[in-house]
Amino acid sequence: MPALTGGDGRPTRPAMSLNDVVITGIGLVSCLGEGPDAHWRALSAPGTEPVLDAERFAPYTVHPLPQIDWNLQIAKRGDQRQMETWQRLGTYVAGLALDDAGIKGDEALCATMDMVVAAGGGERDVAVDSAILAASTGRPDFDVLLNEKLTTELRPTLFLAQLSNLLAGNISIVHKVTGSSRTFMGEEGAGVAAVDIAAARIRSGQSTHMLVGGAFQTEHPDMLLGYELAGYLHRGQWKPVWQRQGAEGGGVVSGSGGAFLVLESREHAEKRGRKAYAELGPVVSGRARRTRGELGASLDALFGAAKLPDGPLLTLSAASGGHAATKAEKAALDARPDLVARAFGTLTGHMKEAQFPFAVALAALAVSNGAPYPPFDPANEAATDKKPHEALATTVGYHQFEGMALVRAA
Amino acid sequence: MAKLKDHLGRPVVAVTGIGLVTSLGVGKADNWAALTAGKSGIHPINRFPVDQLNTRIAGTVDFLPSSTKGASALTYELAETAAREALEESGLDAENFGGPLFLASPPVELDWHDRLTLYKSGDNEDAAERVLEAARTLNSSDMFDSAQFGFIADRLADTFGATGLPITLSTACASGATAIQLGVEAIRRGECDRALAIGADGSATAEALIRFSLLSALSTSNDAPEKASKPFSKDRDGFVLAEGSAALVLESLEVALARGATVIGILRGCGEKADDFHRTRSKPDASPAIAAVKAALADAGLSENEIDYINAHGTSTPENDKMEHLSLSTVFGERIGRIPVSSNKSMIGHTLSAAGAIEAAFSLMTMREGVIPPTINYDNADPAIPLDVVPNVKREAKVGTVLSNSFGFGGQNTCLVMAREPV
Repeated sequence: MPALTGGDGRPTRPAMSLNDVVITGIGLVSCLGEGPDAHWRALSAPGTEPVLDAERFAPYTVHPLPQIDWNLQIAKRGDQRQMETWQRLGTYVAGLALDDAGIKGDEALCATMDMVVAAGGGERDVAVDSAILAASTGRPDFDVLLNEKLTTELRPTLFLAQLSNLLAGNISIVHKVTGSSRTFMGEEGAGVAAVDIAAARIRSGQSTHMLVGGAFQTEHPDMLLGYELAGYLHRGQWKPVWQRQGAEGGGVVSGSGGAFLVLESREHAEKRGRKAYAELGPVVSGRARRTRGELGASLDALFGAAKLPDGPLLTLSAASGGHAATKAEKAALDARPDLVARAFGTLTGHMKEAQFPFAVALAALAVSNGAPYPPFDPANEAATDKKPHEALATTVGYHQFEGMALVRAA
Repeated sequence: MAKLKDHLGRPVVAVTGIGLVTSLGVGKADNWAALTAGKSGIHPINRFPVDQLNTRIAGTVDFLPSSTKGASALTYELAETAAREALEESGLDAENFGGPLFLASPPVELDWHDRLTLYKSGDNEDAAERVLEAARTLNSSDMFDSAQFGFIADRLADTFGATGLPITLSTACASGATAIQLGVEAIRRGECDRALAIGADGSATAEALIRFSLLSALSTSNDAPEKASKPFSKDRDGFVLAEGSAALVLESLEVALARGATVIGILRGCGEKADDFHRTRSKPDASPAIAAVKAALADAGLSENEIDYINAHGTSTPENDKMEHLSLSTVFGERIGRIPVSSNKSMIGHTLSAAGAIEAAFSLMTMREGVIPPTINYDNADPAIPLDVVPNVKREAKVGTVLSNSFGFGGQNTCLVMAREPV
């Protein structure tokens, strides 16, 4: 395979190596549907409209899950019952990625596959919680009330069904991925770190093939509460991500969905004859102290570290719409006219821990399909028809942590 | 001259600082004195009412300023306290650590008292909607922070000047060991010269207790709290929920020696293997635990004949201790009867997300001090688990290598191999 070169003939990428990280499987679910093909079709067609539910959690709008037949990836009803929706969703999306990579059901490959999951958790029983709060009126001994209610009304299995590391646990049980299992927590940053560590393990030869990703199920009041404790959610009429500055609320519109990637060493993928979507290049991350105004400088440093090629570069932005973070990201993107931004959150909503893996997946799809996405917000995103040999994925956390990854033609 | 690269050509990873908090006290000195005296930190719960609860004992940390301020505040203070002690011992700059941070900590949820405060400040008939409305009106950064999974690590990174994006992780009861493993791997890959690995857990709330209780995981030996945690005993009836923290400063041996640091021990190997059998139960043949132990030995470049002492996961649940014995006897064969195997949890209870880090810290101290902490409350041996558990009384012994096991819900199995000296 010839090395890609820039316009002046100089290589824009390092030489290929056996431990290059390639993306050989993609699992996606969002309000737009499921699977890489459905997402490519929806997102590559101009004028795709977001799927919104403005009623159920008014005044908040969410991007709801599509219809999912859980049986397709989680064969046993017993397994499905042991998971709340978030875990079920993540296990389902992980199954899609394994299927897509031709690994699902391959006992040997699954038993040696390492896994990093970016997880939240805390999908509580709303009915039990509401009953406790309702009963609290007129009770001076709230802690005793808690004991009474929790000991009698909590489902014993709920603890595990919403526990952070049990998404990975269920992926092991359902899909038999058992090489190793690690769960990272910490909103979007967990997704960045998960992809970063997974790639680093492959590059160093510590792992040959990895499953990495996350899921977010926003259709639960506590999942909205996580944002709204600091007023991060957008209210009122829905707008695209870039157009929420100054609108009512904090700018974030959340969505249910998930993204898992199968990453492999180039050698491992080639030996089993798998065509890769793309190569995963540098993955960089940062922790700006935003209260000290460091975000802009942190993003500058990340753009520098991501080894961007010269010329126009398709940039899949995971922008949340959160006012301060998205404003800073927009400014950083606008300062680099070569970056052709596409904020997919306009169409999918913000999927928290899954946001960065989702961005990487969409970047890989564009490179693999050899075509850019049309603007998702034509008023704020420039048209392009340049065939992307590379694409950048950016994530600026709505509150903290930021990361980027450069994806190249495999 | 010590070898600076290991058997696979990777930088050797040294430990140059340790910090500790458990229900036995703050700091290495107090903890070690109590642990080797066979003292229990388990006591009746007084943090919250215990009406209606089957388990009314725990190893909570009740003596820190944040002990009554909720899981997030206490977990942060536990982590900070341990990290400060570890950094001080390492001689590194505690304001400008200059390496990455790996934090094992419990998943966060909004504290019930905060939820109640929100509920009481609204008037919507629907409780969930009322809480949401009140949340955006109140806009409390404290409440928000306490419910962000990345907050504690972010604050720790600020406090100690850690570099990059800090990683917060959960591998359930193996989390502390995984944090150390991530630090070891980062140094071995050459990404950094030093890393700070912390396990901290201050999440012993009423709801946490009830959740484990509903899974029948907890001891109900309420009448004699200090006797409740009895790993490997025939009458063991569950683990005791506990809190604590440990921090390790990890450094490439080369860099540590070059700056004249005291090397406390060597992190020689890490191994892991996931179990696909069940959400809380281990595969009956213990094959994942066996694979994790073997992977740690292989990573350390040691044979099973070269382990002097095993710091057991030893939770005191009927299931774990039986499975752990099966895994150890399978890996070590008949020699397992001659290897001392003790459980720190007999004294400090199960510190969950912190356990792997705390027990690694105790393992390193075991080697340095030449004293093996006992398994206390071993009054009724389980004939099905014929192990030398160092019953009830500490033992002086020359210990050059330790295997420390951590097994958790969700099929998590992580093992660490440590050595007293570089090769």
